[in-house]
Amino acid sequence: MELNTLTAVELLKMIKSKEATAASICERLKKRISEVDGRVSAYVRSEDLSGAGHDSVSLPIALKDNICTEGLNTQCCSKILEGFRPPYDATVVAKLKKQAVGIFPLKTNMDEFAFGSSTENSFFGPTHNPWDLERVPGGSSGGSAAAVAADEAIWALGSDTGGSIRQPASFCGVVGLKPTYGRVSRFGLIAFASSLDQIGPITKNVGDCALLLNIISGYDPKDSTSVNIDVPDYTKSLSGEARGIKIGTPKEYFVEGMDEEVKDIITEAINKLKTLGAVSREISLPHTEYAVPVYYIIATAEASSNLARFDGVQYGYRAEANDLLQMYKLTRGQGFGQEAKRRILLGTFALSHGYFDAYYLRAQKARTLIKEDFDRAFEEVDCIVAPTSPTPAFKIGERADNPLKMYLSDIYTISVNLAGIPAISIPCGFTKKGLPVGLQIMAKPFNEEMILRLAHAYEQSTPWHTMKPKL
Amino acid sequence: MKYETVIGLEVHLQLKTKTKAFCSCSVQFGQEPNSAVCPVCLGFPGTLPVFNKEVLRSAIKVALALNCSIQEYTKFDRKNYFYPDLPKDYQISQYDLPISRNGYLDIPDGQGQKRIGITRVHIEEDAGKLIHEGNLSLVDFNRTGIPLLEIVSEPDLSSPQEAFDYLTILKNVIEYLDVSDCDMEKGSLRCDANISLRVSGEKVLGVKTELKNMNSFKGVKDALLFEVQRQTEMLESKQEMTQETRLWDADNGETVSMRTKEGAKDYRYFSDPDLTAFLIEQKTIQEIKDSLPELPQAKARRFVEEYSISEYEAKILSASRELADFSEECFRCYSGSDKKIVVNWLIGPLLSEANARGLKPSFLGVGAQGLVDLVGFVERQEISNLSAKTVLTKMIDTKKPATQIIKEKNLLQISDNASLEAMISEVLEKNAKSVDDFRSGKANALMFLVGQVMKRSQGKANPKLLQDLIRRRLS
Amino acid sequence: MALDKKTVEYVANLARIELKPEESLKLASQLEDILSFIDRLSKLDTDNVKPTNHILPIHNVLREDQPEPSLTVEQVLGNTAHKKGSFFTVPKIIE
Repeated sequence: MELNTLTAVELLKMIKSKEATAASICERLKKRISEVDGRVSAYVRSEDLSGAGHDSVSLPIALKDNICTEGLNTQCCSKILEGFRPPYDATVVAKLKKQAVGIFPLKTNMDEFAFGSSTENSFFGPTHNPWDLERVPGGSSGGSAAAVAADEAIWALGSDTGGSIRQPASFCGVVGLKPTYGRVSRFGLIAFASSLDQIGPITKNVGDCALLLNIISGYDPKDSTSVNIDVPDYTKSLSGEARGIKIGTPKEYFVEGMDEEVKDIITEAINKLKTLGAVSREISLPHTEYAVPVYYIIATAEASSNLARFDGVQYGYRAEANDLLQMYKLTRGQGFGQEAKRRILLGTFALSHGYFDAYYLRAQKARTLIKEDFDRAFEEVDCIVAPTSPTPAFKIGERADNPLKMYLSDIYTISVNLAGIPAISIPCGFTKKGLPVGLQIMAKPFNEEMILRLAHAYEQSTPWHTMKPKL
Repeated sequence: MKYETVIGLEVHLQLKTKTKAFCSCSVQFGQEPNSAVCPVCLGFPGTLPVFNKEVLRSAIKVALALNCSIQEYTKFDRKNYFYPDLPKDYQISQYDLPISRNGYLDIPDGQGQKRIGITRVHIEEDAGKLIHEGNLSLVDFNRTGIPLLEIVSEPDLSSPQEAFDYLTILKNVIEYLDVSDCDMEKGSLRCDANISLRVSGEKVLGVKTELKNMNSFKGVKDALLFEVQRQTEMLESKQEMTQETRLWDADNGETVSMRTKEGAKDYRYFSDPDLTAFLIEQKTIQEIKDSLPELPQAKARRFVEEYSISEYEAKILSASRELADFSEECFRCYSGSDKKIVVNWLIGPLLSEANARGLKPSFLGVGAQGLVDLVGFVERQEISNLSAKTVLTKMIDTKKPATQIIKEKNLLQISDNASLEAMISEVLEKNAKSVDDFRSGKANALMFLVGQVMKRSQGKANPKLLQDLIRRRLS
Repeated sequence: MALDKKTVEYVANLARIELKPEESLKLASQLEDILSFIDRLSKLDTDNVKPTNHILPIHNVLREDQPEPSLTVEQVLGNTAHKKGSFFTVPKIIE
């Protein structure tokens, strides 16, 4: 088998036993990229490949373009941050380097500043879903998910604010995990929404996911929102045992608008879990219908403030102007894409004088209610299972002109970020058109072990994770 | 029409912690631009703030010293606006739950004290510096992130002089806490003023004018004086006044309007999600309260009571903590019950020497015991007052004790009557005419005779004693 | 909720984003749709609910007052061409 088609766990064993070298793995990856990335566009700035000499003794990982790497281009796939080379590494990058994981010199494509669910909002153009090149890979970590699915990367990191790891993982048939808020340091992650963002693994299987989570997790004194709780060995959760795990299915999630095929595949997956010994019941998350509005107020408000620093003064794009005010306005008017402008304006509005109480404050209160729904649910069950997305991957351009429709597709993933809980998406089947469908498993804060245990048990008794797209 | 003045002051104080408020950059000054910054205080993408515990402590100290109540649950908020000296284009500040509120500071008022309310003391980060050069502005971010305390007074000040007094006393209190250099010239203390006038007796506040760009306490007072005049003229000539910001032009002695395009600023305050909230325990507040030094006003009161000195004298001696501590040490070394002579020597010669040399009194090398020893010589009339001043100078220059210098310079006064009487006899014999002059009413003949004895004794005779003795001899 | 042109201009100015006229129109319409959808939130009774400022129950995260090395001036200015000596430069502010 070609080296690039193997998992990280397998390759690390081979490196240790000297059956393979990291250099040969890198070469194989570069070859694969040259073969398929012209069609997939999982990576950006191919010119970076020649410039950087990366550490050839380490197994390489692909990083989303919003994770800071010292001396390497990091621009969130936005024109406004062109040319930015951070003078420091994100904490997760430092941790990876310490564990002898190499940083692949190319970054993966994303929706600009993580604003999107399709990777169509990238300054570099869209990524194409390896399972059907006319369709989106999901977003905003579409590049990372597509690269892993197409064996253009062994494993990858993405970021998730409202589903941006899980949804592309489900569209691309790979594994994607959003850790508990505060489990992984945000230092070096270019912020979208500070109270929702988390970096997480995108991998070929649950085993790689557990290993990667071990490496990137942990308290960081540079991040005031990272939590000082010991990191367990997540690979010990891979017991294959699902017996006795109590799972809940939220009744509010199985409603209209859901694709019939997706519904059937998910139902099938839940049945599978039951045959493996999980005990299922229906639960209620009564405030589900408010999740999308709450998210789009809080996330955009925080984003409008976080993105104010992109003003042309110290880094990135600066427009020609004779005076300061024009410089700001033209730089930001020309440097940001449409979705970025939409969200910044929405967020600015939600915080502005006269609207703060009705929008931002109200959304923060509703967030409390949403979190309480989950607290109550986890008193009854160990895991909540649900679809990751109401539909499989849609066609490129299909929703580009309808931002609201695009936002509504986040319905199953968004509440997880609002509640701060961990959740994974694992492949659980294919539609008749051959498009992957993802199963989402959620657990209470800092209980990633339960998620991995259930996900691994499911994976071991299904073939989905072994299937590859024909490219 | 009689108008009354209503003034409120907003003071920004730079704290002298070792590092900045939200990052570990060293807080230093006078360096190359942009050399004391890091990705965090520069607001580079991906960076996050972490709050400095010493800033929290200093803020609580100041708040307690200003009699504020401490907010047990406090948090940071983002103040969003665009300016090149603000790297994130928002400032981390405090909005609705500041660290402290509802304090006061007492200032002198005619015969008594007047209580000036302090609305709040809160924590925020400083911005960078802009230098204008032709078509460009140059930006230096060294100052960004330096911790600031914003101290807002109630509009309880009724005159420019009161404003000046408030600032002087505020600085005095803060210096005692040793948390800031409080230097308006160096920028570690900044002050903006809000002033309005209204008809005497009216309750409603008049139209507010904000004053900026004052670089000294005197500047604040002068700017306010100018404003009182300007606004009085406007009100009397029934001109309409609008709320505005004016800059003080010290060179021309006037305030100038700052034309701003925007209306009320919309800062879109919201809780900063990158920082946790802070729960301040009662025991922490008590511990910090117990650790506060005796503050200047309390110290001055105690000096008056304990050492029977005047309020005026106590005020001078408590002007700085260093001088107050030194003075108290002197009082304790001095065995006499009436400290007056020690006070005079502290306020007079010692402070003069300190000011002339640009040093603090306790840094002159004299020491409390040293000064008290010198005072002893004067008190026992063993040296004259004039000689003693010379001795003090020499003590500071050479670091030698008074005894040694007096011996070396042979300054011991002759105060025993026997020796004096002998010399007086000599002089009286030789100056019969002066004796007659004095007896016939010429008062300055006495001084002449005193002078002659002084000469005869090579300046060592005790002049006061001489006067008495000669007068007695001649009567 | 209805979003008139004036409000969009006000918000765009606050956010320092220059919009072309056709952009302005399109965005106003899209934002109106989104806000109409968001307005369903007003159905929810949040009177006695505390807002969530922080999702994690952690407080008092502080650090020691100990200096660490700063960046070099080259590193600080390394991402821009708009500099003079050790300063960043920006166009003048027109009062």
